[in-house]
Parts: sequence; structure tokens; C-alpha cells
Amino acid sequence: MEGFVRKPVFDIGIDKTIERLDKQKIKRAIERVLNEEATVRFKIFLETCMRCGMCSESCHHYLSHDRDPSYAPASKVKLTLGDLIAKKGKIEKADLKRYARIAFTECNLCRRCTQFCPFGIDIAYLISLVRRLCGVLGVAPQFIQDQVYSHMSSYNMLWFKQDEWIDTIQWIEDELRYEIKNARIPLGKKDADILLLIHGLEAKYMTPLLSNMLKIMLASGVDFTLPDTDGWDYTNKSLYMHDFETMTLVTKRHYEIASKLRVKRILITECGHAYRAALYESARLLGWKEAPIPFIHAVEFFYEILVQGKIKIAHKVKEKATLQDPCNIVRYRGLGPKLRFIVRQLCEDFVEMTPNQEYNYCCSSGGGMVDAGPPWKGARIEGGKVKIEQIKETGASLVIAPCHTCHKGIEDLIEHYKVDAHVKFLADLIAEHMEIPERLRP
Amino acid sequence: MTFFEIVRGPLAWVSFLIFFLGLVYNLYNFFKKAKKDKILYGYFSFKHTIRSYLFWLLPFGSYSMRQRPLFTAISYVFHVGLLLTPIFFLGHIELWKESWGISWWALPNIVSDFLTVLTIICGVILLLRRFLVKDVKYLSTPVDYALLVLVILVFLTGFLARYQLVFTYQVIAGLHILLGEVMLIFIPFTKLSHIFYFWLIRAHTASEFGAVRRSKDY
Repeated sequence: MEGFVRKPVFDIGIDKTIERLDKQKIKRAIERVLNEEATVRFKIFLETCMRCGMCSESCHHYLSHDRDPSYAPASKVKLTLGDLIAKKGKIEKADLKRYARIAFTECNLCRRCTQFCPFGIDIAYLISLVRRLCGVLGVAPQFIQDQVYSHMSSYNMLWFKQDEWIDTIQWIEDELRYEIKNARIPLGKKDADILLLIHGLEAKYMTPLLSNMLKIMLASGVDFTLPDTDGWDYTNKSLYMHDFETMTLVTKRHYEIASKLRVKRILITECGHAYRAALYESARLLGWKEAPIPFIHAVEFFYEILVQGKIKIAHKVKEKATLQDPCNIVRYRGLGPKLRFIVRQLCEDFVEMTPNQEYNYCCSSGGGMVDAGPPWKGARIEGGKVKIEQIKETGASLVIAPCHTCHKGIEDLIEHYKVDAHVKFLADLIAEHMEIPERLRP
Repeated sequence: MTFFEIVRGPLAWVSFLIFFLGLVYNLYNFFKKAKKDKILYGYFSFKHTIRSYLFWLLPFGSYSMRQRPLFTAISYVFHVGLLLTPIFFLGHIELWKESWGISWWALPNIVSDFLTVLTIICGVILLLRRFLVKDVKYLSTPVDYALLVLVILVFLTGFLARYQLVFTYQVIAGLHILLGEVMLIFIPFTKLSHIFYFWLIRAHTASEFGAVRRSKDY
């Protein structure tokens, strides 16, 4: 393809699956995704694009790759769907490989380009159609596929077994008793106010973060519970592959647990994609106009308990801090102002990145790029050049990232570009700086 | 019938008819197919749509436009000229009066001349931009150049006809009318259809960004 020059990267999930495909299968998948599933939006978006290039500069991949035109949002559509239509659907395996590479590793689906397009053409929708097409054929980064299979069999992303989950919570509870008197973490309690769902990683590798979140829950005195069955992991990696079948399965499970336990609200910890998926992306696919049970993000929860005075900040963070606005909760749900309220309560010296809030650049790891695993680490490091420049400009040594993906992404960027800074979650900061009420001290 | 009489008479009817029928057909098709899409009707928000139209129609109203001031200014003038001159140019209104006896307020000739020249200049700059700016050049297809050239030619022949330069009035005005009619016919069937798809796509994106995502699309 003219102007499309990339270093070859080998990914079993893409290269090996493509080998097994034949023309007939590809044709059927195109038929299914573009003729049956895609709606009128697909057609008019493609027809209306005037190729004015207004979207180019909105894209961090384009800017990070020295304005290589093949990274511009409209070019990515041209190189995938445009190419497919020009070839009337008769595509080669090499074409499919290119589509998968562009859709999974050169676009984060951050929708910043949609804000920049004079027509409001939803370029991310077009790229997600490409992901869906590849996903239906099983052509996707191996690491994403693995997580999706894990969701299918265990409702969590890391093949975690049910007894391991209960065991994890129990030992965290034990340890918390050093800091909080008679700490009790309810599992499967009925009629609680809040059902807390957590990130698979928090249960498996990042237990200190989970422990901090639970500490905040206990200190704030809210009535909460965790699920005692599979379905405690709110992540929904199928969103990245646009595997709607698994995606709705997982979301349905969460709402079912909530209604069985008769809770009033579902709370998730700091994550981006799962919030969007459960709140509207898969809720819509399940036929709900809105989330059937209020579904709130940790940012909303922290804001609420801070405003209501349920927790108090004992001492503020001294070092210069900046804030990463995760696309999935800010551009996708307007949590920017609440996020700023929390950060101002926490930090003495807070500087904004420019641009910020809904115009913020993606961390270059979102939309499944971090989940695409080691083969694609280079892609997100290259694409994150703009982000790291933004961070350097603020001169902050602390980057607050209230999203697992942003956290990991920025951590890798900082390490690669050797910037003197570190990344933290809100839960870690709040737990470290809040006051434990007198009655809860051991 | 002379060439001028043909373009002034039957071809004008044909082009307006095709334009309106094409427009109705496209919109009918869109609204029918939109029913299949659960998101388009279900989440339409009037308030956010109006908000988005406003910010995108005002010059420099959107963040995106403020980031690209030069391109915005050129493109804005180009579109204003493109919309105002055909409708409010005195000569065009005279023709309507001659045929149907209807007339409306007209731009002073000096203003419409000025707008025409500006539109041509802006059009040429946009065309050069397609050739010279790297990302736009990469994106552009032959159709994109051709449509822009067509629009510029319509305005150029119009200006020449008004001052009866180069050719006799009948020839140059006939050519101008013919090209205008070709453009009119092309609107529903080419990328020029963005004239009406703008409103529909903006409404969808505005509703999604405003009501569902509680964020801004401008």
C-alpha cells in the first residue's frame, strides 16, 4: 500500500490465524459485518468525508510519528475500509493483516478526531467496524484474544478461579486489620448500598491497590459488598475486539449479581473501558437505554465521599502533580470537573496538562493497545511521544492517572523516555493521605 | 433552439428536478435505514444538536476551528460565498423574475462581485492545499480535485459572464448555467452531498457527545 511503511511485527493472534483463513471465510465475515451489522452510519460517514485533513492534528499517533500522513485518522479509514470498498470486498490476506494492524495498534478509539471533524464523522466507529471484522475472523492480537477467552470461561480477564478470589479477599481483610479495627469485607451481602466490582489485575498482581481501595471504603463507612461468585471483575476486554457476544455476557452478569444482591448502586475502581462498556456500550446492545442499576466510577465515588465529608484528607501531597484525563471517563462521560475537585483536595501544587479535559490526548495505550501485549509495546511507546512531551511541559513529578490503562501506559512512557516522574492512582493517594477515624484505629 | 435557450430552459428544469428528487431520495433512504440503527433515533437530543450546530456554524466557534485559524478562515469565506452569491446575486434574481415573476432582496452588485472573487481565490487556495499539504494530498482522490475545480469554474464563468469578458454573453453565460446545472445534479450523488449530511451527522454526534457522553463535540 502506497505510503504505508511499517516495521514488521509478529503476533501469533494475527499472523497465524490469517494463515488458516480462506477467501470464502473472509467474504462471509465482510458480508456479515459490513452488510448486516453496520448501519446507515457506515455509509454516510464514508460518503461525507471531504478529506479536508482537519482530523490529522487531533491524532496523537499522527503527531508522534512526525506527521506521517498514513497515521492521520482519515488515512486509517482510507487504508482499511476505503481499501476494502475499492477492492469490492475481494481482499488478500496481506490486506487483512494491514487492517488488523491499523485498527488494533494504530488507533486507540479515543474519539478525539470526532471532536475535530467539521461534520462530526465518528472515525472511531469506522475503525471499530474494522476491529469487528477482524475479531469475527479471530484475527486480533493474541493477548487480547486470551483475555477474551478468559472472560468467556471465568468472567474475569486472568483465568482467576473462584476460590482464589475468596481467598484473596480474606487475606486482604486479615492484613487490613493491622490498620483498621475489626476490618470486615463483606462478600455477597444482600441489600447493601454499593456493590464494589474490581479489576482483574487488582486481585492478581496489584493487591496493594485493592487493599487501599477497601481501606477507603471502610474508612468512609459506606455500606458495601463484593460479589461472592464469578463476575467480580468489571473489566470487559471483549470491547477491544468488538466481540459483542462476550461483551454483553460479561455486562449482563454484573447487573444480574447486583440485582440478586439487591444493591442500590454498582461501583468500580479506577478503570476506563469497563465504565464505558457497562454504562452504555453493552447496555445498549442488551436493549437497555441506560444502565438499569446506577453504575458509578471510583472518581464519582471519591467526589461524593469528599463532598459529604465521609473521609478527610489529613495532609496534602507536597510534590508538583499533574493529571491525566482518561478518555473513557472524561471525553466519554464528562467526569473532568469531579476529577479536578478531588485532585485539588489532595494536592497542594497542581498543574494542568495542555490541552486537558475533553480535549486531552490519549495516553496511547487505551482502546486495547496495552492489552495487545509485548509485541505492540513499541507501537504505544512511539505513539505516546505527544503525551510524554505534555507531561514534561508541566514539570510535574507526580502524574495522577485514574485508569489502569493510562497508569500502565504512562509508566512505560516515563521509563522509556527517562522522565523524572512517577504515576499514581487516586486510591493510592487518598489512602495514603486520608485520616482514619478515631473509632477505626486499632 | 440555441445552446443558451436549452440551458436556460429545459436543462434548468431537468437539473432542479434531479437535484430535488435526489435530495428527497437520499433523505428518505437515510431515515428509513436509520430505523435499523438503534442508536440514531433512540438517543437523539434536540438541545445538544442545536448547541453543536451553533458552535460549528459560528466562525471559530469550535475548538477544532480555533486550532486551524487560517484554514478555517479560508474555508469559511469559501462556503459563505458559495451559499450567498447564487441566491442573492441580482442577476440571478432577475432571471427568476423574468421566468416566474418572483423576486427577493438582492446583494448590492459590488458586494456580490467581491464575494465571487473571494470565493474563487479561496477555492484556488483550497485546491493548492490539496496539492501541497502532505496529509491532505495523501487523502485526496481525483474526485476531490475534480469537484473543487467544478465549483471554481462555476464561479469563474459567472464572473466572466457578468462582465461579458473573453466570450460573448450568450456563450459564457450559457457555459456558466450549464456548469451550475451540472453541479446541482452532482450534489445528491457525490461528496457534495455533505451539504445536507452535515446536519444529520452533526445531530447524531452532538447527541452522543452531549447526552450520552456528557462531553463536548465542538
